[in-house]
Amino acid sequence: MDLQLVWFGLIGLLWAGYLVLEGFDFGVGALLPALGSGDDAEDTEKRRRVMLTTIGPHWDGNEVWLLTAGGATFAAFPEWYATMFSAFYLPLLLLLVALIVRNMGFEYRHKRDDVAWRRRWDLAIIGGSVAAPFLVGVALTNVVRGLPIDADLEYAGSVLTLLNPLAILGGLAVLALSLTHGAFFLTLKTTGAIREDARRLGTTLGLGTAVVAVLTLGWLGLTSGSVWSWVTTVVAAVSLLGAIGANARRREGWAFVGTAVTAATVVATYFLALYPDVMPTTLAGGTSLTIENASSSPLTLQIMTWAAVVFTPVVLVYTGYTYYTFRRRIGTQHIPAAVAVS
Amino acid sequence: MGSLDVARWQFAITTVYHFLFVPVTIGLSAVVAYFHTQWVRTHRPEYYRLTKFFGKLFLINFALGLVTGIVQEFQFGMNWSDYSRFVGDIFGAPLAFEALLAFFLESTFLGVWIFGWGRIPEKLHASSMWLVHIGTVLSAYFILAANSFMQNPVGYRFNPETGRAEMADFLAVLTNKVQLVTFPHVVLSAYMVGGAVVMGVALWLLRREAGTDDEPLYRRAVRVGAVVSLVAALGVVVSGDIQGKIMTEVQPMKMAAAEALYETTDNAPFSVLSIGPLDGSEATRIIEVPGLLSFLGTGSVDGTVDGINDLKGSERAMAEKVVERYGPDVAPLVLTDDYTPIVPVAYWSFRLMMGLGFLMMALALAALWVTRGQGVPRSRWWTVVAVVGPLLPIFANSFGWIFTEMGRQPWLVYGLMTTATGVSPSVSVAEVWVSMVVYTLLYAALAVVEVKLFLTYVHRGAEPFVDPAEHGDADEDAPLQFAY
Repeated sequence: MDLQLVWFGLIGLLWAGYLVLEGFDFGVGALLPALGSGDDAEDTEKRRRVMLTTIGPHWDGNEVWLLTAGGATFAAFPEWYATMFSAFYLPLLLLLVALIVRNMGFEYRHKRDDVAWRRRWDLAIIGGSVAAPFLVGVALTNVVRGLPIDADLEYAGSVLTLLNPLAILGGLAVLALSLTHGAFFLTLKTTGAIREDARRLGTTLGLGTAVVAVLTLGWLGLTSGSVWSWVTTVVAAVSLLGAIGANARRREGWAFVGTAVTAATVVATYFLALYPDVMPTTLAGGTSLTIENASSSPLTLQIMTWAAVVFTPVVLVYTGYTYYTFRRRIGTQHIPAAVAVS
Repeated sequence: MGSLDVARWQFAITTVYHFLFVPVTIGLSAVVAYFHTQWVRTHRPEYYRLTKFFGKLFLINFALGLVTGIVQEFQFGMNWSDYSRFVGDIFGAPLAFEALLAFFLESTFLGVWIFGWGRIPEKLHASSMWLVHIGTVLSAYFILAANSFMQNPVGYRFNPETGRAEMADFLAVLTNKVQLVTFPHVVLSAYMVGGAVVMGVALWLLRREAGTDDEPLYRRAVRVGAVVSLVAALGVVVSGDIQGKIMTEVQPMKMAAAEALYETTDNAPFSVLSIGPLDGSEATRIIEVPGLLSFLGTGSVDGTVDGINDLKGSERAMAEKVVERYGPDVAPLVLTDDYTPIVPVAYWSFRLMMGLGFLMMALALAALWVTRGQGVPRSRWWTVVAVVGPLLPIFANSFGWIFTEMGRQPWLVYGLMTTATGVSPSVSVAEVWVSMVVYTLLYAALAVVEVKLFLTYVHRGAEPFVDPAEHGDADEDAPLQFAY
């Protein structure tokens, strides 16, 4: 089998896994002000702790999907990794800052019983959780849309090239989808008022997502789509509408599955529109990066394939185990008194 | 500064900073896992309290190690895209393995450990911290394999068609002889750090709590920390000695720079300290040990150690041979004016690495001595030991890395690619400056926050024992034992 194609597909899967998994924890983080504001200060604090505890055991593992996507790109398509990471220099810097402050927020917020301290880390969590999916969307959309890449496979644009309307729309689509996905995750994992509020907000967010996602995928489809990318576009749209419907009928599991499928099929659409390029050029006389000219040697691809075949199932098993272990719904009554130092 | 210099400074700053937390993570995860296992085995409250206490300190540290590690993986592509293109075929694989085998394990089971109190069987709970630890060690293995390739490229072949180094033998990359000795050296240094952190923190609390019920608790922690640190240190010395000999063989220039040895010498001495510019002119060596450098480098006091002046020529010859073999296209990759690293940096970082390490060993011995029986360290100097103890091996680690990386210069991949040719051509100086300033300011701010938080938690000491068995979990609405 053609291993270049296999690795193109696997990297697509890693991105899909990333948007499906970290997507909901981005959503939960970004919805802190919307769903984590209660009747009084104490209620607000408890609600926020409930929300953060639902993603507590998972966000760190979820983020590894991004690192693995990066590492796999480096190993399987070094030229793609090199061109993409140097082209998206400033957006990636922002993404890293967003992830850093957000992760520190998760870890440090509860470490001091001090209102000002917690508010600052809340801002870090919210800001990071909004910025990161937006930036991921901008980057991925630019990859598919095409960028000025010269004959030496070097990026020849500037940071302004990256801020084109389609890419910004793509950023908003990933952000909106993460918010919806996060809201549906909360309906599934919480009890009480948060669950109800998340359900109501989820409907609004879902409809908003439908608009930006359809616009993004439609625009991408018209410029660089294939038959198969239109098929996945339709699947994405149908699953999103199904998710909104399931949410309205309090079928929380199905609503969450629906947005998960949407996230995965959005990535599939991107990758199908991209194939056989990995980074098309918009420059006359430039060279597009393809799965052929960007890839590693056959030996490296073989080694990587064996590693993926052997170890991915193991990872999936223990990841599944954690979701099973922490499957219980959480409500404000489960939140213990703060144990942090003041 | 051009983008090359700024990118190098950025790599230095972000990597040294990242590696302040890495050894603590590796070492402390093992000690916490040990305490946790002891708790599960004996159900003695002191082990529960030590697990919880050092577990919190571990997490405060882990957060920073994690976030600064993400920057590392992105940095190769962002700042060093030509390097990534040239060696990605070989260098990328260990990074992908690291993510797949180590990061998932570490992150997932850390989540299980943090939130597992009262929610999973206790044996599984203790095992989850061991799995975190195994993840950190695996991670070290793969990233060190990648680094060892840069010190001593093996298992590759140059492909003139693509102009890249390509994988020829992955097993050879993973069992690089530099790797096989660097890995134990680095992991044992991390245990040394983990032990030292436990020892230092507990020493401070032992002095404060002397005479209270908590005295035995902290005495035990001091002794566990000191023993871990000492035993690990012995391994660090042994592996470091072997490493010196391998380095003399594969990177003789680095060894010569470590002693600022300009002329090839038999029975070469090792200077403990010196005064002067270390540029080959008159230098005053203080406390010179005859034959020691020869011994470190060759295993015999009479061995010949090549000097910088001769090695300059042989490095150039090595580079010219590469050009001869692979054609003029590779000339820009390997030819440069001077093949000498910055000698004072190599000389001093080498001494600081060893000196701080040996000092730590002395402090650990002293701590064991003073806490024997019912002993309590009374002198106020022990406060200094408590603070300095953990910092010594952490900085020894930093200097070790500064030595090994700066000693390799001007090479990025030894004998194959100079650092100057690895930088991203499409990234502007302004962009590199922006990212360097952003990282530096952000990292500085986070350092202040983490140190303050760490000290606050140290000051609070181990919490009183609450039997987790009495914490009923039968009631569905009972509060969780841990929540964010």
